[in-house]
Amino acid sequence: MKNIAELEAQFQAKVDAEIKIEPKEWMPEKYRKTLIRQISQHAHSEVVGMLPEGNWISRAPSLRRKVALLAKIQDEAGHGLYLYSAAETLGIERDELVQQLLDGTAKYSSIFNYPSLTWADIGAIGWLVDGAAIMNQVMLTRTSYGPYARAMVRICKEESFHQRQGYEILLTLCRGSEEQKAMAQDALNRWWWPSLMMFGPRDADSPHTAQSMKWKIKRKTNDELRQQFVDVTVPQADFLGITVPDPDLKWNEETNHYEFGEINWDEFWNVVKGNGPCNRQRLEARQAAYDKGAWVREAATAFAEKRAAVAV
Amino acid sequence: MNKNWPLWEVFIRSKNGLHHKHAGSLHAADAQMAMENARDVYTRRMEGVSLWVVESKHITASNPMESGELFEPAHDKVYRHPTFYPLPDEVKNI
Repeated sequence: MKNIAELEAQFQAKVDAEIKIEPKEWMPEKYRKTLIRQISQHAHSEVVGMLPEGNWISRAPSLRRKVALLAKIQDEAGHGLYLYSAAETLGIERDELVQQLLDGTAKYSSIFNYPSLTWADIGAIGWLVDGAAIMNQVMLTRTSYGPYARAMVRICKEESFHQRQGYEILLTLCRGSEEQKAMAQDALNRWWWPSLMMFGPRDADSPHTAQSMKWKIKRKTNDELRQQFVDVTVPQADFLGITVPDPDLKWNEETNHYEFGEINWDEFWNVVKGNGPCNRQRLEARQAAYDKGAWVREAATAFAEKRAAVAV
Repeated sequence: MNKNWPLWEVFIRSKNGLHHKHAGSLHAADAQMAMENARDVYTRRMEGVSLWVVESKHITASNPMESGELFEPAHDKVYRHPTFYPLPDEVKNI
């Protein structure tokens, strides 16, 4: 039997050689735990992310917008399922994962604790929230854990429609009446900073980053991804003709990057700790869905057992 | 009672002429539900023309710890490959 240090060295050598880690292979316990935490948090985000958008299905302004929004929300459910399955390959059961969401031990992206107040918010969510998620997910297609990387490839393929439909909603509003353009501006004002917060704390305040980079779970740091997002998104806002709500935002000729203002980290931590505008509402909605679905789960099991008995 | 529905593996044939390929997994109470869920979860964008679902417990997987015994013996059998047999350039169509 090999000792732990030897196994860990072999594991790291595999990661360094860009050989994917697959289920059932030996891995450090902390690698497994980190992945379960990260993948399940990601899965929960997809599922809770359906709530602010579901709010607008019945009020979408046209049938075209409605089918697009329905398809997008159905994708989010699918993404949640791909990710739960990836997490389960690490030896945790689906029910445990769901319980962790409901009892608050597992987190989901804080962005979904903000309300979707107007139709323009549906545009802003697709453009900014999915845009920020894509930055992170494209990086994760190269993550070291095989099932997670494969789920990400599927998700990235589907996600770009989400971002484009969101941008198209805002483009339509910005080319409309003054009132419609003001709605788009208002949505950008409210979603810009929470979108930047999606990348997580600054590198200096992110204790897990170094280890996750070494294990190649992550390939870029929070600050790198955030900068990348700002750099591609600001010109898109310019094209819409609306203003990013950051007086410190300016292009730096020398670095070829935008400089931007400081995030309100008090707000960030406050929402993470459960005190955002919709934290309670979101968890209540998930709990209600779980409770109201209980009889369906039980009935399906009973029916399957009955039919299996008849077949014998 | 286990609170989780059984786990199923989903395989998709993307078009006729190709193998079914593993796409992912899902939970379902029975085969019919597994098929319906597979369609919704894995083929929303014309990914396939045929689906297989099989309950995961019926798959026997090789143990990664035994990969050496299973796969290493093939490493020193280069004589199983055509390039092991050098022939003069003049010989054609072989």
